[in-house]
Formats: sequence, C-alpha cells, structure tokens
Amino acid sequence: MAKQSNNRLSSPQELEALRASIIKSRDAQKPCITVCGGTGCHSFGSEGVTDAFKQEIKRQKLGDKIDIKVTGCHGFCEKGPVVVIKPKNIFYQQVKAEDIPEIVSETVVKGKIIDRLLYTDPATGKKITYEHEVPFYKEQKRLVFGSNGLIDPNVIEDYLAIGGYAALAKALAMKPEAVIAEVKKAGLRGRGGGGFPTATKWETCRDAEGDTRYIICNCDEGDPGAFMDRSLMEGNPHSVLEGMVIGAYAIGGHEGYIYVRNEYPLAVKNAQIAIEQAEKLGLLGKNILGSGFDFSVKISRGGGAFVCGESTALMASLEGKVGEPRAKYVHTSEKGLWEQPTNLNNVETWANVPLIIKNGADWYGKIGVQGSQGTKIFSLVGKINNTGLIEVPMGVALKDIIYGIGGGIPDGKKFKAVQTGGPSGGCIPESLLDLPVDFDELNKAGSMMGSGGMIIMDENTCMVDIAKYFVNFLEGESCGKCLPCREGLKRMSQILTDITEGKGREGDIELLERLSATLIDTSLCALGSTAPNPVLTTLRYFRDEYEAHIKDKRCPAGVCKALVTYSIDEEKCPGCGLCVKACPSEAITDMGKKKPVVLDQEKCIKCGACYDVCKLGAVVRK
Amino acid sequence: MTTKNKPTKQKLTSILDSYERDKGMLVAILQDVQAEYNYLPKESLAQISEGLDIPMTQVYSVATFFKAFSLKPRGRHIINVCLGTACHVRGAGRVLDEVGRQLDIKPGETTEDSRFTMETVNCVGACALGPIVVIDGKYSGQMKTDKVKTLLESYD
Amino acid sequence: MVKLTINGQKIQAEEGTTILEAAQDNNIYIPSLCHHEEVSAYGACRLCLVEVTKNGRERLVASCLYEVTEGLKVKTDSERIAANRKMLMELLLARCPNNKAVQDLARKLGVEKTSFKLDDNDCILCALCVRVCQEVVGVSAISLVNRGVDRTLATPYFEDSNVCIGCGSCAYVCPVDAIKFEDVGDTRHIYWPNNKMEFKLKKCQKCGRYFAPQAQLDYIIKKAGLAPDAFDNCPDCRD
Repeated sequence: MAKQSNNRLSSPQELEALRASIIKSRDAQKPCITVCGGTGCHSFGSEGVTDAFKQEIKRQKLGDKIDIKVTGCHGFCEKGPVVVIKPKNIFYQQVKAEDIPEIVSETVVKGKIIDRLLYTDPATGKKITYEHEVPFYKEQKRLVFGSNGLIDPNVIEDYLAIGGYAALAKALAMKPEAVIAEVKKAGLRGRGGGGFPTATKWETCRDAEGDTRYIICNCDEGDPGAFMDRSLMEGNPHSVLEGMVIGAYAIGGHEGYIYVRNEYPLAVKNAQIAIEQAEKLGLLGKNILGSGFDFSVKISRGGGAFVCGESTALMASLEGKVGEPRAKYVHTSEKGLWEQPTNLNNVETWANVPLIIKNGADWYGKIGVQGSQGTKIFSLVGKINNTGLIEVPMGVALKDIIYGIGGGIPDGKKFKAVQTGGPSGGCIPESLLDLPVDFDELNKAGSMMGSGGMIIMDENTCMVDIAKYFVNFLEGESCGKCLPCREGLKRMSQILTDITEGKGREGDIELLERLSATLIDTSLCALGSTAPNPVLTTLRYFRDEYEAHIKDKRCPAGVCKALVTYSIDEEKCPGCGLCVKACPSEAITDMGKKKPVVLDQEKCIKCGACYDVCKLGAVVRK
Repeated sequence: MTTKNKPTKQKLTSILDSYERDKGMLVAILQDVQAEYNYLPKESLAQISEGLDIPMTQVYSVATFFKAFSLKPRGRHIINVCLGTACHVRGAGRVLDEVGRQLDIKPGETTEDSRFTMETVNCVGACALGPIVVIDGKYSGQMKTDKVKTLLESYD
Repeated sequence: MVKLTINGQKIQAEEGTTILEAAQDNNIYIPSLCHHEEVSAYGACRLCLVEVTKNGRERLVASCLYEVTEGLKVKTDSERIAANRKMLMELLLARCPNNKAVQDLARKLGVEKTSFKLDDNDCILCALCVRVCQEVVGVSAISLVNRGVDRTLATPYFEDSNVCIGCGSCAYVCPVDAIKFEDVGDTRHIYWPNNKMEFKLKKCQKCGRYFAPQAQLDYIIKKAGLAPDAFDNCPDCRD
C-alpha cells in the first residue's frame, strides 16, 4: 500500500518526519502476503501465484484486510515459488496457484498452518514453520540481501519504512573526508572480484586533478552462474543508489552511471523507477535533502560483452566505442571516463556503504575476519540441494556453506569440486573444503573468491570438460585486441577440445602450462591474465583425469561425448520403449514387450537422451 | 518477430533526439533501433553515423562487437539457451545440440522460414531450474533432450 | 629530465617519454610490431613488454605505453621475457605462417617453428592502418570489426568505402605487407585482407602520367582550401 509522497524533502528532519508518517500509516500486525519476485521464482511461476492471490482476495472481499506485496528475491531459489505470510513470517515453499484459495482461507484468515507447504529439514525430517528457522537462512547473516524480502522494489516508501536513506542524511552532515575515513576504518573491499580497498579508491579519485568526477556502478555481472548483483539491483535498487550518493558526496562527483548488463531488463526497469522516485523526493538530483549537494544518475545498458565488466572496457563502451580495455598504468580513478577522474564500484560494494555509515565502522569491522570485513553474497548453484543466493560473514568455511547451508549434494552423489570466482577463478577439491572464504585464503589454493559464484560439481562432472567450458567461454568473450589472449585462448581451446575428443597427445599438458604462463604474464587485461586459472587448478588437483583422456582415451566421469559409449543393460531393461521414443536418431529398436531394446552403435549420436529418460538405470554410460 | 516496419528517417531522428545526440549513448541508441526493427537495418547505421557525427566505421565496429546486435533480420521467435556454468553442469550442452538439430541451425543463425533465431546466453539467474531455454522471454526449465521437440512445436 | 636505468645503463629522458622511445633514442633494442611514432600507442602485440622495478615492486609492462619515472629500473631482456616473447611469436607464427615479415621476426627472436595448428593470414591485427587512417589522414575508412577470434580488418559491410581517398597510407604503415596497392594504367588498386577498391588516378596535364588518386587530391583541396586546379600538374611538373 503506497502512500503518495509528492514533496521534495529539503532537510533530514523532513525525511524523518516522512518516515515516521509512513510507519504510522502502516499496521505492522496487518496480514501481508509477500511473494518472491526474483527470477528463479518467476521461472517457477510466481506471477501466476501473485495473480491467483489477487483474484482470491478480491473474491473473498478481503482487500481491506490483507495486503499483497511482490518483493525482491528471497534467495532460496531451489524452493520457489516462495511465499512468506507476515506478520508471523510463515514460510511456504513450492507454492502453486491451486494452493492459493486454501492459503487465504486457512492461514491468512484463520491462522492455520498448511503442513504440506512447509519446508522439511532433510537432516531431521521435521517441518519448519517460520522463515528465520529454516536452516538455509539460519546459518546466514543477511545484512545486505535480507531487506529484499521486506520491500517492493518499485515502492520507495517501503525502503523508507525500513530505515532507508537515513545513512545518506547522516553522511551529508559529515565532512566528505570523514565519510571516506569511516569507510576506510570499516575495511570495505570491492565485492566485484578485485577486492581493492574501497576507501583508497575513493581517496585517489577525490584527490585527482580535474573538475569533473564520474561515479559508476558496475552491474555488468558476467560470470556465468552468478546472479547476486542482478537480484540486488532488481530487488533493492535503493540500497545501491543510496550508497552511490554517499560515495559521490565523499568523492565530489555529481554525475553517475549505473551500467547494467543487457541481459537484465528487469534490473534496468527497477533501477529506473527507483531513480525517478528518489528524484521526486529530493533524495537524488539537485540540492539533495537541502544540503546543496547535487548528484544525478543515468542508466546505461551493456551490449552483451563479458569484457565490459572490466572497468576500462566499460568506460570505453560508455563513450560509444567498442569495449576494448586499455593498460592501467594510470588508474581510472585519475583518468577514466572521458579522461576524467572516475570511481567505479560493484553493485554489492555500493549496497554495503549505507550500512557502514548508519551503523558505524566499529560495528562493521566486527563482522567477518581481519582483512576481509563484512559479509559476502554468493550464488550457490550446480549439483547442490539448496540452490540459491546466500549471504555469510567472510571467513566461513567452504564446507559449512556447501553442507550446512547448501544441504549437500543431491541424489546421494559424491562432491567433487567447487568452482569459485567464475572464469577467472579455479576449482577447489574436497581436500581443501576447510578453507575459509575470503579475499586471500582462496588465492593461495590457486582460485579466488571473485564476484561470488560458487558452482558445485559432483562425481559426474568431467574436470577437463569444465576447463574446456571456461576457455571456450572466454574465447568467445575476448575483445580480440591483444595477441596472447585472442590467439592463446583459441589454441587452448583447440588443445582442450582435442583432449576431450580423444585426440590428445603427449606434451599437450606441458603446452597448456607454457601457454598459461604467457597469458598470465603478457595479457593486456584481467580477462586474459586470469583465463588460465580454471585450466591450472584442474591440472593441479585432477591431473589424473587429463591423463586418462590423453593416454587411455577415456573420460572417467562419463561426460565427453566422443569417449563415452551408451549401451543397454539387458537384465534391467523391461522393454518399455521410452528410450526408443526419446532417441532423435532412431538408433534404438523396440523388440516387443518384455524384451530388452537394441541400441545400434553406428546410429548412436551420443546425445544422452535415452540415459536421461530411463528411470530404471538400464541405459549404461561409460 | 521479423522486421516490423520499414526503417524511416523520422523514427531514427526521434531515437537520436531522445538521447540528445550524445555520442556516448551509441550502444543504447543501437539497442533502441534493434528493438524497433528486430535487427539493425543498414540505412539506420548510416543515419546514426551522420546524426551523431561519428565515422561509419565506428558505428559498424560497435555494431559487430556486441553480441546483442544483429545486422541480419532475425526470426519471429528468439530462442536463448542458457549456457551458464550451473546449466552446463546439468547438461545444457546436449539441449543446445538438440535444439540446433531440430531446427537445422547453429547458434546465431535463423531458420530459413524465419520462424526461429537460436542464440546462447550466459546465465539468466534461474539456476535452480537449469537447464533453461528462454523463448520470447518465457522460461522453460529442467529442459531435457526429449522435451525439446514438443517445446518448439508450440510456436508458430 | 628524468633519470632512469635500462639494463644497468644510466640514461636520461624527458618527462612524458615512454620506455620504448627512451630505449630507441639510446639504441637499445626492444622488439615491437604495433608501434609507430606517427600514431598513438596501442599496446596490442605485447612484444615490447619489459620488466620494471619501481618502489621495490617488479612487474611486466608494455614499454610503448609506460612513461618513464625518476629512478625507474628497466630490464629489456631476461629468461622470463625471452620465454614470453618466444611463445608470443609461436602464436603469431601459427596465425601467419606464410608471411615473410612474421617469419623474419620469429627467426630473429629464436623461434624456428610453432607448436600450434597452422592458419593462413597475413594481417596481424596491429591496427596501425586503422590508427593512421583515423589520426593522420583523418577519414577513418577502415576499422577492426567483430570481436575476439573473428576480429578482422574491413570497411563497413566489407563494401566499397565512401570516405576512402585511396592514399595508400595504410599500406605504407603495415609492418607485414598485409595491405598492398598497385597503380596499373589509370587505376589504383588497393587490396585489404577482406576486400579491395579501385580509384581513378589523376593525369598530369603537362607530362601525361597518372600520379595520384583523384579522390585523394579532392580531399586535400577541400581540407586545405586550395584552388580546384591546384593539382592539375604532377609534382615534377609543378612550378
């Protein structure tokens, strides 16, 4: 229920008065149905759920008594669509449109819990009623991401109701240098992958020569498997905006850009609405909160290029040029966009700033570990039971994330490796699962924390195939400017493809290692210089797999098509014919009921459709 | 969606004006033009070069650099197969092969009857549902090779 | 003036000079392919990488772009640099195995053969032609198009350019002879890696020889505000 707020706030006092009136006008005890509006739940059908709720509330004429709100992503994507009934925070998961009439009548009106919609803790078998008791959430510290579930991103009053923009008011009353000092004391480091001390970057930009300073938010989240920034920008754009205004004030910049990846149209839409609403209230634009400080933000969309996540390439794109990086011997904080001092930070980094200013550097410094203060949001995906977005203090061990929060590996399979840091990172094996996740520890193992993608792999994942996947990805994303990256990735891809097709030769591993050394040393930007990491870590921890592919022409995980054969286990096959229908090349013949089918190896194209469709294990893959 | 309309000078002018003819907004301008015509018509690139006072080579280089742009008309329906790491690990590669086999096209290509254009995308943020195929913005999750044919048949 | 050392040798250079320029001024050899003093530095071939030590920190930098600083220590060769240059040449040789200039440079840097499958290109994507056309000539007729491994040199749509003046500067500056031009009779032919163009040559009114593309002369007349008959005679016949 949005309250119309039309006047530009001209002082912090007016902001607090508005906040108080919003809170007063809302009944905290009034039942509110919150439906998660994140992409994961959306693809599970959350729009249908929302519509069903609206219809049912109308039908039962309960419009005055029940609110309904579509919020930002709650993070527990595996169990979507997620519905949380307030004020008690009853947690319903995998909700279907058919469940709605019952939810409204029983839970919202009568207060009765519907057992079948509750989450079952796989460890104890018990049903969990309330959101904060769900183990997935219990082990997290959702300082930044937790607000997503409390607000409708298109309603600024929701953000104000939970204390939004109070940090901005506080910052505007401080000297800019004091704001920087507070962020420095807190120890905030960039969350986009680089981990550079944020306050130091701000300082360099503030002190640089020039009249115009640009402030940029990097929402070009390109690591495949990472969608933290997307969910933050879609679900709580004001938290990012507030951080940007505070940073702009500290640095002395008056023009800002939010650079959003082309593939995130909802993030663009919600950010645009947030900007308009903030401007209308005087929290953005001219004379913010009557302080005399001006700052305006424009949104710029990417064109579909991973390399534009690199700061100099991003800025080139903002200048209407191709996204080619340039050497950073002179930092962008001194000469960036249009050759002016420019400060670029990641979405999550900006979202941390209001928390630091509001609660103080001392409070922030106690979270996490020395050298890696605060929390980090991760996308936990792949072969994991609890797929979703999680937020934990820095320093939590990998195994606690994977087994404690992630719920372990599905289908009783064995954990094999976790890939962190995206294409710039590396694979970490089981033996290193005690490692804490922070900026420095994972680097020692050859990987990096990166932007927060965590891909879990099990015994059916081929590590050579994974290395090939990342190299192919980077080959397609290389801008093509420098020789080592463009030609080097092409050759790495050729060698790895040969290996996975049974054409690997003695000396291939050594050649990959030599190539890797040159890419690391001579690439113009971090895309090329970190590209060898997945190859080098898989070689370091899974060399035996490479050797099996090269020497024995065998894929131990049963993944590489050319090295895998499908066959029928005649003892297990009942002749049901499901695989016959599924086969796209008519390689399997139905021999009549109760007789095992026959697979013609000549016609088999190794697509795996029969393997996917057979539930009896009668199709053997090795 | 094939070419909706013939490119007109007025439409291009209004798009350029909406960005105050800011050279830095070239990528955004190209996106608006592509949203209008489902691809980048040749005349539009020339008009952008003139309207923004930047060399035609720059416009063409930018148009060919970014994956979002197509210089050829695209199909009525745009298929995006997610090849993010999570989907890859769950077998997205096999799904891509099957879509390509059903339509007899490679990634980036359009079917002869202009029905489908098949593209790949890296992570749409719905990893719990992987492998994912997105057609005209609609998500189909937990895709398997044997489900592809039925999915494609539901589009005209 | 800035004082620095290159390979232990004390040298001086003006502020704003790059390491490559300072080295060349002092007859110290650093290989490079994408550098030319008439255009801005690009830093793409990576052959000019040297080791620098500044404030105790050692790193590899592109000498064509890195400006000299007081007390800088530079090493233009080392085991690490040599190994990298060899691998870079192997990559280049695999891309352009039949190009003479590439073969010559490979031999000079001690690379006899490449470990990779052979392609067949002449163009090394150094973009010297692009930079000359944009910065010196000022018409921007050609550019690098597509991305990554598909990157190539072309005119828009690989068609005849409507701004190219046929001056041939791109061919002059190309370090590997991947762009050629030849004047045959009254026509100049320009051959880029992907397409070619023809230009009508101007005939000298006095001696009758064909001496320059009409388009190029028209361009100069327009830019310099000259009289339309300024180039009716060839340079030899002009007063």
